[in-house]
Amino acid sequence: MNDSVSQAIQGVPLNYYIWLSTALFVIGVLGVLYRRNAIIIFMCIELMLNAVNLLMVAFSAYHGDGAGQVFVFFIMAVAAAEVAVGLAILIVIHYNTRSTDINVLNKLKW
Amino acid sequence: MVMDLIVGLIPLAPLSGFLLIALLNKQLRHWLVALIACSAVLVSFVLTVVLFFAMGEDLPSFNYTAFEWITAGNFSVSYSLLADPLSVLMMLIITGVGFLIHVYSAGYMHGDDGFNRFFAYLNLFIFFMLLLVMGSNYLLMFVGWEGVGLCSYLLIGFWFKNTEYNNAAKKAFIMNRIGDVGLILGVIMIFIQFGSLSYPDVFQQASEMTAGSTVLTTITILLFIGAIGKSAQIPLYTWLPDAMAGPTPVSALIHAATMVTAGVYMVARNNILYSLSPFTLDLIVIIGVATALLAATIAVAQNDIKKVLAYSTVSQLGLMFLALGLGAYTSGIFHMTTHAFFKALLFLGAGSVIHGMSGEQDIRNMGGLRKYLPITFITFLIGTLAISGLPPFAGFFSKDEILANAFAGNKIAWGLAFLASLLTAFYMFRLFFLTFSGSVRANETVKHHIHESPSTMTVPLVVLAFLSVTGGFIGIPAVFGGGHALNEFLSPVFAGSAQLQEPHHLSHTAELMLMGVVVGVTLIVIWLAHNLYVKRKRLPAPDGVSLGTFHRLIYNKYYVDETYDRAIVRPMNFTSKAVDAVVERLLIDRIVNSTGRVVTWGGRTLRHLQTGNTGFYIFAMVVSIIVLLMVKTFV
Repeated sequence: MNDSVSQAIQGVPLNYYIWLSTALFVIGVLGVLYRRNAIIIFMCIELMLNAVNLLMVAFSAYHGDGAGQVFVFFIMAVAAAEVAVGLAILIVIHYNTRSTDINVLNKLKW
Repeated sequence: MVMDLIVGLIPLAPLSGFLLIALLNKQLRHWLVALIACSAVLVSFVLTVVLFFAMGEDLPSFNYTAFEWITAGNFSVSYSLLADPLSVLMMLIITGVGFLIHVYSAGYMHGDDGFNRFFAYLNLFIFFMLLLVMGSNYLLMFVGWEGVGLCSYLLIGFWFKNTEYNNAAKKAFIMNRIGDVGLILGVIMIFIQFGSLSYPDVFQQASEMTAGSTVLTTITILLFIGAIGKSAQIPLYTWLPDAMAGPTPVSALIHAATMVTAGVYMVARNNILYSLSPFTLDLIVIIGVATALLAATIAVAQNDIKKVLAYSTVSQLGLMFLALGLGAYTSGIFHMTTHAFFKALLFLGAGSVIHGMSGEQDIRNMGGLRKYLPITFITFLIGTLAISGLPPFAGFFSKDEILANAFAGNKIAWGLAFLASLLTAFYMFRLFFLTFSGSVRANETVKHHIHESPSTMTVPLVVLAFLSVTGGFIGIPAVFGGGHALNEFLSPVFAGSAQLQEPHHLSHTAELMLMGVVVGVTLIVIWLAHNLYVKRKRLPAPDGVSLGTFHRLIYNKYYVDETYDRAIVRPMNFTSKAVDAVVERLLIDRIVNSTGRVVTWGGRTLRHLQTGNTGFYIFAMVVSIIVLLMVKTFV
């Protein structure tokens, strides 16, 4: 079973994974930079995390080393926790400002 | 084992008394505090008496090491207590006289707000004083030495709401520190030279050194500087008269009977070192005689009952140092013992007078107290006779022994010491007559209140009076067929130095003649004082009347305080102000302030980065990460 998944992954050339991950990551970065809606920014962060996850799984399969996949599980667990906290913050922000626009949050300055 | 326990407990009893009173200060009632404090000292006294009788010829000295105190490399100091004839004698005086003064204080301090605090300090003092005399190494002695200095400071400034008293306390503390610098330097030199701070090691090694070597001379002079400070000798004596700001029992205990004699004890303890340094001995003779004479002349013109006694103490300490300087260590210790009795008696008597006179201390406003304070009168008379050196009172034997030694050793010193002793008789009887005879000069309100002190105060007076009469019998000279018990008792301590110096021997006829002359002239001086102050009813001039040149000089204490003020205090203040203006303000303050200014400027500049725009922050973050990655990849 393990072998078949590994073989299925290796059925696609490694370069493709790298390109796909890079594309996903750049989309994430650009999203974070351009969008003002906090929820979208949040989603873009998740996108970057998952781009890295994908790359890690690919490398793990190609190298025959399970460590990469273990890391992926860690990242997923931490990301889940982070989402819980982050969404809670977002709800409070929305509760206070009636908006999720990050440019409204400009009170903390000199 | 039993001895260990006894020796260990002697200093612990007053320490626990102190802790108990200090920790439960507010909870305890006054009578309970007095009971705790007195019984703590009584326990020490009883144990010391037991120790005294336990130490026979088979056990001349006893050393009890409780624990190692400091160990670092080849330096080790233990908390070990020494009980030999010298320290046992000191302990008897400290705990015995100390107990009497504790009892007296219970009456004297009655109704004072700081009653509990006072007894806590007194017990702490007894502990440190015991540590000073019992410590069997220099460092432990130094701890006691500093501890009694601290207690002295606390008790002089006991009534701390009075600025003048606080200044007196500070003066005593600072003057003592000057001496203590000498002492600690001496101790350090001893360690460098001998590699140990324990008395037996040091004395053993020192006795093998050649006499008059520079090292020994330096060590002994440094140690003697410590003694000068603590025992109020020229040039550091000016703190003692000011120390009279403290309550009178404190003056009796600390500034007459015990603490100020620490210097005498220390020199006697190091007798081997001193006997090997003839130069230092000569120095001690000079300073001792000069102090004895100077203080005695000042005492003649003072009008404060306690000031007279204070100068008298300085003068008597000078005589003790004279004896030490002549190598007559036993005589010095003998005079210290009798002095502890009669000077404590005189101070407590003065305290009783002040108590009866509602706080009046000026002898010009006293007089005629004989009727009102009969017990104080009798005991004060005994004390006065004892200090004047009339037989058979205690002072006669000890002072005569010093004079005999001086006569045999150094005729000039003898002459000056004789003069000082005559002056002592004169000013003491002047004080006595002005206080107790004639008519009452106090105003009506005070006069109405004059009363004899309560029995807690008069009983110690009677006991001390008894000791002032009989105290001299421990050292009856050979002329009167006495064996000189004290000499015998202390001989193990001074055995080492006794071999080095052949004692001065006077023929019995010479000694008897000397005694006759001294007593005869003293009697003439007393008659003179009687003539002046009783028959002609002369009174010291009131304030503001112009005095003769010499009278003015001694009335103003030779202007020594003023000289010190001009020569040391003011230049010191001036230098401090100059250093404050230049180094402090122009250098240190500038450095500190510029550092602050740079940080402020940096903050003010960098705060513009905090725009509050979240998008900008994210952008900065991404750019920074990219830059970091680039740096990591390409550099």
